[in-house]
Amino acid sequence: MNINLTILGQAIAFFIFVVFCMKLVWPPVIAALQERQKKIADGLAASDRAQRDLEMAQDKSAQELREAKQQAAGLIEQANKRAAQIVEASKDDARKEGEKLIEQARAEIEQERNQAREALRAEIGAIAIAGAEKILEASVDASKHNEMLEKLAAEL
Amino acid sequence: MAGSTPSEYIKHHLQNLTYGQLPEGSVRPDGTVLSEATWTIAQTSEEAANMGFWAIHVDSMAWAIGLGVLFLFLFRRAAKSATSGVPGALQNFVEVMVEFVDGSVKETFHGKNSVIAPLSLTIFCWVFMMNLMDLIPVDFIPHLFTLAGFPYMKIVPTTDINVSLGMALSVFALILYYSIKIKGVSGFVGELTLHPFSSDNFFLKLLLIPVNLLLEGVSLLAKPVSLALRLFGNLYAGELIFILIALLPFWAQWALSVPWAIFHILIITLQAFIFMMLTIVYLSMAHEDSH
Repeated sequence: MNINLTILGQAIAFFIFVVFCMKLVWPPVIAALQERQKKIADGLAASDRAQRDLEMAQDKSAQELREAKQQAAGLIEQANKRAAQIVEASKDDARKEGEKLIEQARAEIEQERNQAREALRAEIGAIAIAGAEKILEASVDASKHNEMLEKLAAEL
Repeated sequence: MAGSTPSEYIKHHLQNLTYGQLPEGSVRPDGTVLSEATWTIAQTSEEAANMGFWAIHVDSMAWAIGLGVLFLFLFRRAAKSATSGVPGALQNFVEVMVEFVDGSVKETFHGKNSVIAPLSLTIFCWVFMMNLMDLIPVDFIPHLFTLAGFPYMKIVPTTDINVSLGMALSVFALILYYSIKIKGVSGFVGELTLHPFSSDNFFLKLLLIPVNLLLEGVSLLAKPVSLALRLFGNLYAGELIFILIALLPFWAQWALSVPWAIFHILIITLQAFIFMMLTIVYLSMAHEDSH
C-alpha cells in the first residue's frame, strides 16, 4: 500500500487516453449518430410528404374520373338527341315522300278520269246521235244538232 | 513465492510488483548487502516499502495501460469505420456506450464543454475494464507470472490506491482548472471564503472567512479523496474476499466464489458508473457560477 510514482504514471496515462478519446474516438461516433438521426428524421419527413402527395394524387384522380364520367354522360346525351333528330327527320322525309306519291297518284287518277270522261262523253254523243238517227230515221245533220249534243254532253 | 501460511498468502497477493531504488546498505533476501543505491525490482514487501515514493508499480501500470489501450483500440476501430448506415456489431456496442455516457452527461451537465463527455467515456470504460480483472480467479495470472520469475503480480489496477488516486487527482485538477476558468480566480476564492456563512457587516464577514474556508476547503478536498477511496475500497475489499475464499479447500471454493463473483459484476459496473457520475457532477459544479 505504498504511495509512489504510480500516481503520476496513472495520471499521465489517464491524460493521454482522455485526449485520444476526445480527438479520435468521440467525434466520429457522435457524428455518425447525429447523421443517422438526421437520416431518420429526413426519412420520416419524406414519408409524410409522400403520404400527402399520395392523398393529393388520389384526390386528383378521383376528380378527373368524375369529370370524365360527366363528359361521357354529356356525349351519350348528345348522341341520343342526335339520333332522335335523325329519326324524326327521316320520319318527316318519309311522310313527305308518301304525300307526294299520293298527290301524284291522285293527279294521275284525276287525269285518267278526265280522259275517260272525255272519251265517254264523245262516245255518248255518238251513241245519242246514232240513237236519234235511228229514232228519227232521218239523217240528222250533225252540225245542226251539234249545239244540242254539246248541251247533252255537258249534262253528263 | 506464494506464502505457506494464510497470512503470507494474502500478503503476497496484495503486494504490487514494484520497481524502484533500494537505498545503500539494504540487505537483499538472498543475503547480499548493497554497497550502493540500486534500481531493481523489490523482492519483498519490506523492500517495496523502503523504496519510498520514487518507485513504480510495474504491474498496475502495465495492466492499466494495456487495458486502456485495448479500450481505445476497440473504440477507435469502431470510430474509424463509423457509418450512419446500418452499424456492425462493434459499432453498435460502441454507439450504445457513447449514447449511454452522452445521455448521462447531458442529464447532469448543462454547460458547453467538449471535454467532459469523452472524459466520462474514458473513465467509465477504463475503470470498468480495470475492475473486470477482479473477476479473473485470483491465482491464475499471478501464478503464471510467478512461474515466469516475477516475485509479485497484482492484476487489478484499481485495487492499487495509486491508480484510483491518480485518476481522482486528475479529476481534481480538472475541477480546479474549470473552477478558475469559469469563475476567475477571485470568483473561486470568493466561493471558498464567503460561503456558506455570509454577513453584510464587513468585520463579521472578515471574521467568518476562516470558518468558511475551513468548511469549503474540506468539502473541496474531500472530493478527490472520496472519489479515490470509494473505488479503491470497494475493489480492494472485493479482491480481499476473493483471496480469502481462495484459502478454502478447492472443492468448497465455488460455493462462495460464484455468488461473490456474480455480486461483484454489479459492484464493478456500479463503481465505474459512480466514478464517472461523480466526475460529471463535480465538473458541472465547477461550471456553476451560482454563488
